[in-house]
Amino acid sequence: MSRRVADQPLIFARGLVKRFGDFTAVDGIDLEVAPGEAFGFLGPNGAGKSSTMRMIGCVSAPTSGELRILGMDPVRDGATIRGRLGVCPQLDNLDPDLTVRENLTTYARYFGLSRAEGRRRADELLEFVQLSDRANGKVEPLSGGMKRRLTIARAMVNEPDLVLLDEPTTGLDPQARHLLWERLFRLKQRGTTLVLTTHYMDEAEQLCDRLVVMDGGKIVAEGSPRSLIQSYSTAEVVELRFPDGLDGNAGYAAKLDGVGERVDPLPDRVLVYADDGDSAVAEVHRRGLTPASVLVRRSTLEDVFLHLTGRTLVD
Amino acid sequence: MMTTLVASRVSPGRVSAVISRNVGALRSGPSYWIVLVSGFFEPLLYLLSIGVGVGALVGDLTVGGRTMSYAAFVAPAMLAVSAMSGALAETTFNFFFKLKYMKTFEAVLATPVRPIEVAMGELTWAMVRGSVYTGIFLGVMVALGLTTPGWALAAFPATALVGLAFGAVGMWISTLMRGWQDFDLMSTGQFALFLFSGTFSPVQNYPLGVEILIQLTPLYHAVELVRGLCTGVLGVGLAGHAAYLAVMAVGGLWLAARRMEKRLCV
Ligand SMILES: Nc1ncnc2c1ncn2[C@@H]1O[C@H](COP(=O)(O)OP(=O)(O)O)[C@@H](O)[C@H]1O
Ligand SMILES: [Mg+2]
Repeated sequence: MSRRVADQPLIFARGLVKRFGDFTAVDGIDLEVAPGEAFGFLGPNGAGKSSTMRMIGCVSAPTSGELRILGMDPVRDGATIRGRLGVCPQLDNLDPDLTVRENLTTYARYFGLSRAEGRRRADELLEFVQLSDRANGKVEPLSGGMKRRLTIARAMVNEPDLVLLDEPTTGLDPQARHLLWERLFRLKQRGTTLVLTTHYMDEAEQLCDRLVVMDGGKIVAEGSPRSLIQSYSTAEVVELRFPDGLDGNAGYAAKLDGVGERVDPLPDRVLVYADDGDSAVAEVHRRGLTPASVLVRRSTLEDVFLHLTGRTLVD
Repeated sequence: MMTTLVASRVSPGRVSAVISRNVGALRSGPSYWIVLVSGFFEPLLYLLSIGVGVGALVGDLTVGGRTMSYAAFVAPAMLAVSAMSGALAETTFNFFFKLKYMKTFEAVLATPVRPIEVAMGELTWAMVRGSVYTGIFLGVMVALGLTTPGWALAAFPATALVGLAFGAVGMWISTLMRGWQDFDLMSTGQFALFLFSGTFSPVQNYPLGVEILIQLTPLYHAVELVRGLCTGVLGVGLAGHAAYLAVMAVGGLWLAARRMEKRLCV
């Protein structure tokens, strides 16, 4: 009780559960997100990321467990909490009957802002997401990346304490993704607390200070991208492709036993985890193996996920 | 207790924000105007074809001890129908489209706006649409000598009540709908009400059983209330009709908000 407000976690969850009928989508997770943090949920489709985000966004009541957002109870104080959140849902729900600018000014009114204030913020935010030239146009002709940026601008219209982004860049081309990342990075620099979900490793590595890996409704690991890689992977990974790989990879994996820390046969390639990739490659050749291609790369969160769940993230 | 609880949490500002979204949509698309205008002409065409056309064959009518032209009898019914269909068009087709396909309300409910506030805003907007129809319709009636300006002014708020009643129940039905096929069923029901609610002939003309059945259905009460005011035949019965419609409005609104929450906040 005597904790200062600034020290209070913006999100606090203990044993949080969400069930749909008999199906458990979120299976008892614990979370704490501090002000100013960029926090990520990383996991494949169906992991329970959106269900968690909707509970945090106070549009879906927890089935059981404890949840406090901004120190308040999401069921009792839902409207008050939502007034301080910015939400970018997984699927864009911009209003096609309104212009780009009206999408923001109308949204501002839902937060009780005056028309004048709404207009002022709309113009500022359109500038920020680089859509000023489209202000009076309709939403429909916008590209996927533009719509996503507009949704993010809409989420910022109430100057939220906490911004929830559910898969902000899924389905966007690389250029659009980079532009979006750059905007989100700016928000982060301004001290906005970001909570995002993603199934892209590079996105989590780029944007998140800290993340949890989710699978089957549970949190399977937690930490910074770097610490997760350190705990669950090696510094480098060697990817080997063999000409007769498709059915032979398991056999090759057996022959590679002892090279590096761990060997993982995948359908199309064999991964060798080693802190020194080059000496691992040398050992492969010493054993008389002749892969069709050899790639030494730095370890990523993808490897962490593979190690933790035995599956790849994006299938 | 329930109502004070609801009232204390409803913010007029947020309700009006929901309304202003619809004003914005009206401004920025011509398609909406077409729907608006076409909805108005239907009851007017019935008035002219049946009220005036058939009226010439039927001659005068004596209802409740008062004699009036057939057109003067039919016109208030068409007025009530236009209030009903104006509001219903808004809270069924448009509302359902926003609910299910455009995900408009999902976006709204992520803000401090509550389901009951969405329902109130949408209903107010529907009532405004119905009232635009009835306002013009009353003007036509005055011009044709089918009512006096004074009684027209008295009937106008009654048509707003009719809009609220049908709009609210229509909204509730929309929250229960699975897809467009369910709307065919609703249109059929709406048409049956249109034909048999004392619109084209006094209900006393039907066998007693049918008459009682009709008296249970909503458009009958709307027609009777509006006709009483337009023709200046007042009585305590009017208060009963108004009460029936008020219950529809409040009940429909409450059920619609509850269903919307069940459907969207899972
Ligand atoms: N409203 C719902 N009703 C029933 N099942 C649901 C509902 N929402 C999500 N689920 C199920 O819960 C699981 C987790 O979904 P979700 O939280 O959307 O995962 P993610 O966002 O990680 O892909 C999925 O198997 C999904 O089918
Ligand atoms: Mg999801």
